[in-house]
Amino acid sequence: MSTDVSQNLITISIDGRQIQAKSGELLIEAAEKAGVFIPRFCFHNRLPQVGMCRMCLVEVKGPRGFSLQPSCYLPVNEGMEVVTESEKVKKAQDGVLEFLLINHPLDCPTCDKGGECPLQDQTLAYGPGESRFIEEKRHWEKPIAISELVYLDRERCIQCDRCTRFADVVAGDALIEFFGRGDHTEVNVFPERPFSSYFSGNTVQICPVGALTATPYRFKARPWDLSQVESSCTTCSMGCRMMVQSSQNEVMRYLGLDSDAVNHGWLCDKGRFGFEAINSPERLTAPLIRKGGEFVETTWASALSLIGSKVSEVRGAGGAGRIGFILGSRLTNEDIYAWVKLAKGVIGTDSVDFQLGDGLRGEVIASLPRATLNEAVSAKAVLAFTGDIKEEIPVLFLRLRDAVRSGKTKMVTIGTRASSLDKLSEVSASVTVDQLQLLAKGLLHEGSKFAEIAAVLSKQGVGSDGEGLVVLLGRENLAWDQSVVEAFAVELSRALPKAKFLVTLRASNFSGSTDLGGSPGLLPGRTRLEDASPALRQKWVVLPSQVGRGVKEMFKGALQGELDLLFVIGSDPRQDFIDTELAGAALDRVGFVVSVDTFLSATSERADLVLPAAAFAEKSGTTTNLEGRVFTLNQKVTPPGVCRSDWTIASEIALELGEDLGFGSPAEILDEIAEVSLIHWGLSFDRLTRTATVDGMVVPISATALAIRPRALLDQVSTPGIASVWNQGLASSKTAYVEGEESEEAREVTGTPQSLSTKVLGAPIWPLASVQPTGNLALEYSRKLYSQGEHLKNSPHLSRLIVEAKCRVSPRTAKELGVETGGFVRISDKAGGGAVFEVETDDSVRNGAVEIVRGSFFISGFSPVRADETVNYVKVERA
Amino acid sequence: MSFFTPENLEKAQVLVGLYPDKRSALIPLCHLAQGQHGHLSKEAMEEIGDLLGIQPAEVMGTASFYDMLHTEEVGKYVVGVCTNVACLLGGGLELLDHASDTLGVPPGGTTEDGMFTLEEVECVAHCDKAPCAQVNYRYFGPLSNGDFDKLVDDLANDRLSDSVPPHGVLSRVFRDAPPMVPLEIIHQERREMDEAKKARLAAQNPDAGGKQ
Repeated sequence: MSTDVSQNLITISIDGRQIQAKSGELLIEAAEKAGVFIPRFCFHNRLPQVGMCRMCLVEVKGPRGFSLQPSCYLPVNEGMEVVTESEKVKKAQDGVLEFLLINHPLDCPTCDKGGECPLQDQTLAYGPGESRFIEEKRHWEKPIAISELVYLDRERCIQCDRCTRFADVVAGDALIEFFGRGDHTEVNVFPERPFSSYFSGNTVQICPVGALTATPYRFKARPWDLSQVESSCTTCSMGCRMMVQSSQNEVMRYLGLDSDAVNHGWLCDKGRFGFEAINSPERLTAPLIRKGGEFVETTWASALSLIGSKVSEVRGAGGAGRIGFILGSRLTNEDIYAWVKLAKGVIGTDSVDFQLGDGLRGEVIASLPRATLNEAVSAKAVLAFTGDIKEEIPVLFLRLRDAVRSGKTKMVTIGTRASSLDKLSEVSASVTVDQLQLLAKGLLHEGSKFAEIAAVLSKQGVGSDGEGLVVLLGRENLAWDQSVVEAFAVELSRALPKAKFLVTLRASNFSGSTDLGGSPGLLPGRTRLEDASPALRQKWVVLPSQVGRGVKEMFKGALQGELDLLFVIGSDPRQDFIDTELAGAALDRVGFVVSVDTFLSATSERADLVLPAAAFAEKSGTTTNLEGRVFTLNQKVTPPGVCRSDWTIASEIALELGEDLGFGSPAEILDEIAEVSLIHWGLSFDRLTRTATVDGMVVPISATALAIRPRALLDQVSTPGIASVWNQGLASSKTAYVEGEESEEAREVTGTPQSLSTKVLGAPIWPLASVQPTGNLALEYSRKLYSQGEHLKNSPHLSRLIVEAKCRVSPRTAKELGVETGGFVRISDKAGGGAVFEVETDDSVRNGAVEIVRGSFFISGFSPVRADETVNYVKVERA
Repeated sequence: MSFFTPENLEKAQVLVGLYPDKRSALIPLCHLAQGQHGHLSKEAMEEIGDLLGIQPAEVMGTASFYDMLHTEEVGKYVVGVCTNVACLLGGGLELLDHASDTLGVPPGGTTEDGMFTLEEVECVAHCDKAPCAQVNYRYFGPLSNGDFDKLVDDLANDRLSDSVPPHGVLSRVFRDAPPMVPLEIIHQERREMDEAKKARLAAQNPDAGGKQ
C-alpha cells in the first residue's frame, strides 16, 4: 500500500537479476512480482506498512555498501541493488524468527491456524530448527472472547499490528489496541468494550498466527481437510469475492478474496459467518404439502404435477394475470432467468417482482445511468441519499471510507437521520420530502437551502450537467414511500444528465433481477415488453399481453380476490414486506401459495405447498452486484435431502405445462441470456471462469474488459487460509495464482451493444400529494446489519447479535413524551395496531421523530409502515 | 456524569484546543486525569476518548505504554527504588528488599491503607546519591534502611506534604499557552527560514549552486 506509485518503469537488480518495477513501489511487492518471495508477517498489501516484524530484511546497497533494510518499507529506486539470499540475510531471518518464537507457545497441534500458519511455514523455511530459550515463556489467560465471533490468544501473538491496523485504518473501529510495552505488550480490548466491529472477522483472516481465531470455525477443520471454490457473497448486493471452503460436504468457512474492483479482500461478519445457516438442521429437505391444516412430506413428482394443474386451472379460468411471482435475493441470474421465462415466456403473466416495498421499481433502476464502484470511489464528488451504507452494504462503506480518507473523492449526504456516512461527508444536510423536490431541481444552483452542498460540488469541479457526480441512491428512510425516492432520482437525472447513479439497495442480486426482467413491464436486457428482441421472441413461447403488477399491487389485488396463484421464491413477505399487515392479509386471501425456500419462514409456514431449494454454495451460476458486475458462484457441497436448484424447479414446472425451457445447465442458461439480452452480450461461463480476472465482468461488457488481464498474484501470507488450502498436495509454490495467458479469441470480440433502454421511464410524480400526519411523531424506519431474517436466525453465532427492538428519540422529544432512556412507550400505527418499545434517547435523532429498526421486531397486528402512505407517522405515547 | 471536575474539564478543553490534531492532547489529558484522581480510571479513559474523538482502547493503548501513567489504582505515594547499576552497587537491591519488608508489599504492590505503592525503577539520574528512591517523582538519597523507614514515617504522618504532593499532581501539565498559531503562519515562517538559509549558503559558497 505504497502511497505514490507512478507508472514509470525503472530497473532494479535483485540477486543479480535485472527486473522492471514501478517507481515508488515497495521493494517487497516489486520483488514478489518478479517471482522473488521475501518472507513477511506484518506487511499486508491492503494495509499501510509499519515495518514492525523485521522478517523482510534484505541487503540493499547504499553509499557505504550493503546493509540490511526492511523491504516492506523501502520504495524502489532506479538502479537499486538488492540481495535477498545472502548469508547475512539468512542470519537475519533466522534471528528474527528465533526472537518471535521466544514467547510463542508452540501449541500448534491445538491451534486453528496449524497447517496454514505463516509462522509455521516461514519458520520451517527460514528459521532455526531449535530454540536456545530455556526460560519460562510469558503467560496470558487464553483464549479470551473479545467479541461473540472472535477469540484472542495473546500468547500466540507476534505483535505484527495487522489486526489493530485493520481495525483502526480500514474499518475505523479502533476497538482493539496494543496495551503495555516491551515484553508486556498485548493486544486487547478496553474493559467492557468488546470488539463489536462489523468487520472483526477480517482480523482473523489476516492474522499471521493463531492469535485471533473465529468462534464459528474453532476446532472445525484443518486446511488439508478442506477444499475450496471461488464464489461471491450473496448476503447483500456488494457481491464480495470469496473462497468457500468445505470439509466432508459441510461448509466450514468463507475467506475474502482480494478483488481490486470490489472488496479488496474484506468481508463483513454477516457475510463471513452466515455459512452456518447452510448447515442448519432446520433446513427444508423435502417438498411439503398442506393436508388438513398440517404439512406432510410429499414427492417432487406429485408436488410438480399439482403445480402444473393449478397453473392450467387458473390460466383456463381467469387468465395468466391471476398468477404472480415474487422473487427473492437468494436467486442466481440463471435462477431469475428461468423463473422469469417460466412466468412471462411460458405462463404469460407479467406480475413478477423482486422488491418488497423496500427497494425501487425495476424500471427506475434500469433507466438511471449506472456508475461502477470504481467510478463512485474516484468521482469528483459523491452525493449520498441512501440507507446507512455501513448497516446495509458494509464493505461498500470500507471502499467509500478508503476513498474519502485517501482524498480520491469528497462526499455529501442528505437524509433524515444520522448515519455512518456523516463522518465521511463534507456536508450532511437534513432533508424533508418537500425539500427533496427543490433539491432535485436546483441542486447546483446558488442560493438554495443546500448551498453548502452546492459549494462542495462546484469546488470539486462537478459540471452543471452533473458531470463527475455519482449519486448513491437507496432507501434512506423506509418510512418514506419508494415513489418519493424514485421521483427524486428521475428529477435529478433530468436536471443533471451526466450524473451517474450507483443504486445502493441492500438486496442481493437486485441488479440481476432488473437486468433479467424480474420486474413488471421489463424483459431480460432491461427492455420493455413491447421492445422484445427478435432473439427473445424466438426463444420464448409467449409474451405477456399487458404490464403486470408489482408486489404491492399484487397484494392489493389479492385483497380484491384477483390473485389465485402466487409463487413466493426465496422471499418472506409476511415478515419482510414493508407493510406486514397488508402482506399477511393478502397472502391469506390468495387461492394457492407456493413457496420455494430454504427454511420454513413466516411465509412458507403458511403456504399451501413448500418446495425445498438449494442454498448458496449448493449451486452454480452467476450473480450481479449493485454496479452490474457479474461473477460466478460455484457449488461446493451437495444440498441436503432432495433440495433442487431454482432453475431446475422452474424447468420442471414448465415441463408440467408441456413446454421445455430449453436449457439443461446454468451454463446453457447463461448462453441463452447472452443471446436474448443485449446487455449480457458476450457473457459466458467460460469467459467468466477462464478468462476473466477475479473481478468478474461489468455488463454491458466493453471490448476492453474482454481483453484478458493477468490474475492477481496472491500473497499467501496476506490470507493464509486460501493459499494453504490451494497448495495442499501441490509442489510448494510461492504464488497460488499464475498469470493468465492471453487468448486471441477474446480479443476478437469487439463492439458494444447499441440499443440499450436507457430512457427515463415514467414521468416524475411531483408534486406529491400533501402529507397529512396521522400521528404525533414522524417515523424513521431504518435497517441494521443484524436485522433479523431466516438466514440470521439459523446461523447460531450471528443470531446472538440480532438487534434488540428499541425505539430511539431525541432527548427533547423524550421529555415531551415524559419518558427517559429505559422507559417504555406504546407506538401505534395508522390502523390502530401497536406495540410497546423500550426507549433510548439519542442526540442524532431529529426532534419530532422516532426511529425504530426494521427487523428488530415482528409483531402480529402492528405494521408501522403502511403501503399507501407517502410519509409515515406513528402515534407514540408513554406506556 | 462527567469524570472531570468542571474546573478540570475547562482545562481539558483548553488543552484540546492547543493542537491542530485533537489527538495530540492525549498525554496531557491523561496527566490531568491522573492529577485529579491519582490514577487513570476506566471512566477517565472513556471521557478522554470522548473529548478527543477516539476510542477508549486507544487511550488505554497510550496510557499503558508509559510508566508514569497508571491505569491501575495506586497509593497516595508511589515509591520507586532504583536498582540500576550505581544504586545496585550502593545496595539498591537490599534497599528494595527492606522497603518491601517495611511496607509489607512486594514491588508493584499497594499497601492496604492505600498510602504506598512500591515500584522497582530503572535509573532515575540520581546516581550521585545512590542508593536512591523517588516518591511521586521527588528524589531522596542516599538512603540507608533507617533513612527509608524515617521517610515512610514522615510521609505517613504528613510531615512532607509540602514537598511531596499526592501521586498524579505534576507541576508542568498545564501551562498558560497562548492560542494556537495557525498552521499557515507556521508553514510560511518555515518557508521564509528555509529561503533565508538557502540564500545564506549560496552567499557563502557561490559554487555549490544552492546545494547544502
